[in-house]
Amino acid sequence: MLSIDSLRVTYGGAVEAVRGVTMEVPDGKVVAVLGSNGAGKSTLLRTISGTLRLHRGRVDEGSVRFDGDVLTSRDPGQIVRRGIVQVPEGRRIFGRLTVEENLRAGGMGNRDRAAKAAAHARVHDLFPVLAERSGQRAGLLSGGEQQMLAIGRALMASPKLLLLDEPSLGLAPRVIGQIGEVVAEINRQGTSVLLVEQNATMALGVADLAYVLDVGRVSLSGPAEELARTDEVQRLYLGHGDPAASGPVGRHTRRTLSRWTA
Amino acid sequence: MTQFLSLLLNGLSLGAIYALIALGFVIIFKASEVVSFTHGSLLLLGAYSIARLSGTLGFLGAVLVGLVITALAAFVVERFIINRLRGAPVISLAIVTIGVDIILLTELIRRIGPDILNVPHPWGGQSVRIGGIGITQNRLVAMVVAGILIVLFFVAFKYSSWGVAMRASAEDGETAALMGIRQGRVSALAWVVAGVLAGVAALFLVGSPTPGVSSAVYATALRAFPAAILGGLDSTGGALVGGLLIGVAESLAAGYQENLLFLGRGFGEVVPYVVMIAVLLVRPSGLFGTKELTRV
Repeated sequence: MLSIDSLRVTYGGAVEAVRGVTMEVPDGKVVAVLGSNGAGKSTLLRTISGTLRLHRGRVDEGSVRFDGDVLTSRDPGQIVRRGIVQVPEGRRIFGRLTVEENLRAGGMGNRDRAAKAAAHARVHDLFPVLAERSGQRAGLLSGGEQQMLAIGRALMASPKLLLLDEPSLGLAPRVIGQIGEVVAEINRQGTSVLLVEQNATMALGVADLAYVLDVGRVSLSGPAEELARTDEVQRLYLGHGDPAASGPVGRHTRRTLSRWTA
Repeated sequence: MTQFLSLLLNGLSLGAIYALIALGFVIIFKASEVVSFTHGSLLLLGAYSIARLSGTLGFLGAVLVGLVITALAAFVVERFIINRLRGAPVISLAIVTIGVDIILLTELIRRIGPDILNVPHPWGGQSVRIGGIGITQNRLVAMVVAGILIVLFFVAFKYSSWGVAMRASAEDGETAALMGIRQGRVSALAWVVAGVLAGVAALFLVGSPTPGVSSAVYATALRAFPAAILGGLDSTGGALVGGLLIGVAESLAAGYQENLLFLGRGFGEVVPYVVMIAVLLVRPSGLFGTKELTRV
């Protein structure tokens, strides 16, 4: 479905953020991308969603294809219309707009009225709280609700592939667990997901496949379960080589969080 | 008291015209992040077109074509200049719009020359009296039409897809782009709407008590800038309040000129700027403006 081939991206012609990444998101799967700050995760997503130019970044080599169609020369609007929508890092909801208006804004790239109505019903079904608060200013929602809104807004475009940039950022462990469940549910309904995360426990819990990015390169890749058992992931992302760390979603989130906040 | 009420009513009608211009100014700023100084000459272009065409097309035809010309000029400026300079520093863009303004203004002044072109408003130059309060018919029609347009504008801004897209991309352009909102289109439409509003304002600004289209109309149009600034550059509600405030202040200052002689004659013309400075000294981002206008 989405295939990235030896991609190299630089900022301002000098800073190399992604150095030869090859990656595959198969149809109907959840793929996790792990990595610490500066590993090139956000750059990768910007390249896919077409917002790289807004950050003065450039694709020097390689390609990004979606169902065979080259995306690297397209603008964000065209990419949304082809079925790829990104939930930006830090949620970036429109705080001065109401919850409903946020969803309307998310559906702007969706020309098919019936699809838009179906997407709207699906969003309210997934996140009943957004239906309850539809007339409220989005800036007044809690952090977790804002993340739900950011995901719901992206779903309004009826994407085939959903890109999530660190949805767990700054959220309470219980809420992170809910986000994980939502991602699994969205995927079950037929949307492929590319999930970029620092919270490896949640990401590996829902993903089928995973990649570990390290300073712009893929250092590890494979089925999520296998990856969770490797020493490197155990040590760097799940904490202290605990063999039980590859357990179900939510079990170790508290521990992972304390590592990051320490 | 009658004099005061009369000045107030005339000030409000003038203010409604300023509000039309200021609204355009504000939506351009919101959509394109440009402080557009082309607005004065766009307005003069509208007035000139209406005056020149009314001989052949009749009043109504001239107004319609004049509005189209103004909107088209705004569209061309956006498409061929502003849109291509996306990402340039805000100051450069502002200077560019001043450049465009001077070019357009110079050509219009050359064409108008020393004449005063007449626009044959069907409501003529008569005044009406409402319970002793006098106002020209032109200003009365202006107030009604501007009122309707302003209500329409706010309804569209609140409920239409264009309004939602506009507000979303004004708040966070990159995220709006990620949602598939085409900023180029939002921006172009904002300029077109601003052009039409300026054209309508032009139609009434050149009617009684103003004698007709001359280069002096440009100076009048400029008074909508302080209206937009004092209301808050990114606030549509602020543009409305700012416009009315400037209109009333100007009208009162002109009407009570005899009592204000120590300030010199023609104080009414500088009053908009004095009011703007006074407001900004107390509230630097305007009455309704967002405190932080720059994006991180």
